[in-house]
Amino acid sequence: MNAPAAEPALHTVADGGPQVGRALPRTEDARFLTGRATFVDDVKRPGQLHAVVVRSPHAHARILGIDASRALALPGVIAVYTWTDIAAIAQPIPIRLAPLAGFERYLQYPLAKDRVRHVGEPVALVVADDRYVAEDALDLVDVEYDTEPAVSDVHQAEAGGTLVHPDTGSNIAARYTVARGDPAGGFARAPYRRRETFRCHRQAALPMETRGLLAEFDPGARVLRIWGAAKVTFFNRRWLAQVFSMEESAVELIELDVGGSFGVRGELYPEDFLVPFAALALGRPVKWIEDRREHLLATNHSREIECTLEIACEADGRFIGLRGRVLADLGAYVRTNGGVVPAKAAQFMPGPYRMPDCEFEVLALITNKTPVGTYRGPGRYEANFFRERLIDMAAADLGIDPAAIRRLNLITADEMPFACGQLCPYEPAIELDTGDYPMAFERALAEIGYDDLPRSGAVAADGRLLGVGLACFVESSGAGPSETGRIRARADGGIDLFTACSASGQGHETVMAQIVADVLDLPVEAFTLHHGSTTLVEFGYGTYHSRAVVVGGSALHVAGEKLVAQVRAWCAQRHGIEPSMIDYRAGRFLRRADPPDAGHAPVPLQPGTLAEIAALAAAGDASAAAAIEAVALFEVKKRTYTYGTHVAQVAVDPETAEVEVLRFLAIEDIGRAVNPLLVHGQAVGAAVQGIGATFLDELVYDDTGQLVTGTLADYLVATATGFPNVDVITLEAHRSKLNPLGVKGAGEGGIVATGAALGNAVAAALAGLGVKITDLPLSPERLARAMREARGKTAAN
Amino acid sequence: MIRLSVNGKSVEQAVEPRMTLADFLRETLDLTGTHLGCEHGVCGACTVLVDGRSVRGCLMYAVQADGAAVVTVEGLAELCPMNGPAVKRGETGLSVLQASFRQHHALQCGFCTPGLLTTAHALLEETPDPTPDQVRHAISGNLCRCTGYIPIVEAILDAARRLREGSAA
Repeated sequence: MNAPAAEPALHTVADGGPQVGRALPRTEDARFLTGRATFVDDVKRPGQLHAVVVRSPHAHARILGIDASRALALPGVIAVYTWTDIAAIAQPIPIRLAPLAGFERYLQYPLAKDRVRHVGEPVALVVADDRYVAEDALDLVDVEYDTEPAVSDVHQAEAGGTLVHPDTGSNIAARYTVARGDPAGGFARAPYRRRETFRCHRQAALPMETRGLLAEFDPGARVLRIWGAAKVTFFNRRWLAQVFSMEESAVELIELDVGGSFGVRGELYPEDFLVPFAALALGRPVKWIEDRREHLLATNHSREIECTLEIACEADGRFIGLRGRVLADLGAYVRTNGGVVPAKAAQFMPGPYRMPDCEFEVLALITNKTPVGTYRGPGRYEANFFRERLIDMAAADLGIDPAAIRRLNLITADEMPFACGQLCPYEPAIELDTGDYPMAFERALAEIGYDDLPRSGAVAADGRLLGVGLACFVESSGAGPSETGRIRARADGGIDLFTACSASGQGHETVMAQIVADVLDLPVEAFTLHHGSTTLVEFGYGTYHSRAVVVGGSALHVAGEKLVAQVRAWCAQRHGIEPSMIDYRAGRFLRRADPPDAGHAPVPLQPGTLAEIAALAAAGDASAAAAIEAVALFEVKKRTYTYGTHVAQVAVDPETAEVEVLRFLAIEDIGRAVNPLLVHGQAVGAAVQGIGATFLDELVYDDTGQLVTGTLADYLVATATGFPNVDVITLEAHRSKLNPLGVKGAGEGGIVATGAALGNAVAAALAGLGVKITDLPLSPERLARAMREARGKTAAN
Repeated sequence: MIRLSVNGKSVEQAVEPRMTLADFLRETLDLTGTHLGCEHGVCGACTVLVDGRSVRGCLMYAVQADGAAVVTVEGLAELCPMNGPAVKRGETGLSVLQASFRQHHALQCGFCTPGLLTTAHALLEETPDPTPDQVRHAISGNLCRCTGYIPIVEAILDAARRLREGSAA
């Protein structure tokens, strides 16, 4: 028997050093491991009813009539709501981000009025006293449709023969051009140019917990409570309060444990109106839990972009510019995320390189498919694939190694901050804040042993074709405008932290405690993070764009400093001494010796601990109460940018087109890791999610607008056997100067260049066969077809 | 009327014939640790142990569990014989496997975790010294979107090692 190995270190606070930077296991884990977590479907309210949504089976149809009489006759069915029931108060789903001009014509109401525009669009809501009965009743709501031709791709949409929203006269929801430098001049004088058309497939983020809501009106408190909120609770509350003509304070959105989001969960969807509407109308709690098929049809899709992109280079490989046309399939309606996906694809198209002359035309197109929203690294995954693929093509044309051409063009540390111009129409010009992009790139090459890896055209002993692919990226994080942090000391010695940054598995309860532990010089166990309700702070913007730690964590950091200053001032007044003569250590305020003398230790003040003063506050001392609670608003004017490199090595079976990922390495500099264990988890998880998406995940529609991949048997995601060889390295080389913690976001860098690196690796492996990789996913079926076609061409020549 | 044992307690209950085992556990017995992620047998979040074998709670009717011994995530720390000394470790109340998941950060949102724990328990009962490939295959029917599986595999292998050492000691 082997000798017992050492236990993995369960770090404790006994050694008194800083908490930020420690790989602490999470405080939130125990409840998940023992089955005691509370997800929305775990909440039961007395007398609750169950709602199910009648959804359109057609991609495009006029509604001629709805007859709910058979459903209403079923015992247990309480109500069926259709457009006429909500018409008096219904408002369109609002645009929260990226409101491009023209979008206001393509908004969605919570229930279809007289036309459905995608399979899965809500048509009616059935409420019953049991979920089984409610689902029985789904089939008894008779909707008469007159089907119309569907618009199922961007070219059909742009051509406009069939209109998804006939009254608008066009399927082009928005169209704009952004530029920097002198694209016309740069491209005119360029000795080398190449243009290609690339496609990125439609994907689902697929959190393991489907969406769900439980709404109840409390007639005593006159408060509408909605459980199941996530991501952007305050924005949603504001909209709901306005729609239901209630004070904001009379609507409480409650965030429970959330089973993953990746961007799609917690946005305002039609159901976010319908479920509270039913609860208000019926005066009873109403629960709705999305099933997986509904999820694939009704929760935001993302990523689907076609891009024609042209690069201009000097003969030695130095980049002159990029220009192109981005065609984004937004689906049937513009919803809360507006034009983020195409706009970010264009803005991030130049990537981490000097690319002086750029011009991008962006078209946001409406089709008869599920609406699109943001999914982890929105627009970046796509843009990185387009650009990095084109760079490899250019390198091959110019006879330059893929590493050499990147080395030549990456932005260096002494060019920081690097001005990027205004490549996004609804944002000001941006600048990359800090970083040493070649350093991360060289580190990735060294770690993977790039110089010794078999290059394009190599064949393994088993006959498989080998390829290595590189991709570099820059990634934004920490969006503004602000976040509020609130801290309150408790009489029992504990400290309560309050934030509007909702959580969906990231470990905020642990990392926020680590951040404030260092400010208050207390163990992490002293802290309890409260993030579950819109009643906890005045307002907040929530969790997206890797901003919770950057902005929310900074707000709590500042609030912690404010708390110490407030209580020091209170002690000064109470004890009649100068604030400058009061030290603070580990929850305790001490009077400094005067004059400073090595023989005299500081004297603890009494009352002088946070707990003692909190006890006074609890006993009614108003000045103590004011002192032991601090609120800070942390405002963000500029975003902070991470950067890094992904490297993939693959083996492709020349017969079956099956790709094995032999190695995948993701390196990212995030400035500072508050908790390296959790950062590592974000990076590995994001990488595998993106690798799986590059090969497997694809929402396939047929030309009638039917979703063909509507179950998890058809919509495939990474499983445990698929991608075991993934390594991530987190660098803490260049801190952000834009926040007191020096942090940059850590949630998305692991995914953003996966498609790019794998696309380049597979392209390298198949280059000898004459296969050109321009489209994702890299599914065996698509690759096999491409290989057959390439062989056919070779044979024909 | 069905009679079964759930987490060591005997249960006698009338159920509708069409009620799934997962719904029975969640709605009738209020054991909400068993999660439903797809309700068509793919995601594995609803995996429970029925007479020691891992079973999809969404693909089995409650009436089919008549006479069976069912263990859910809520019962893992106390009931599984393989837990041994882990339960006595006290303050956390976690089994060796659960503690290993925590140490290896093998969960993020935690929604798939109960199904992974029950699946892994069943694996380790049968195969105390699994290879990494055996672990990967055993959990290949459990979808996780957060972790990338790598820390889960490490957690299960590490737990297996501790359990072997624990039983040898």
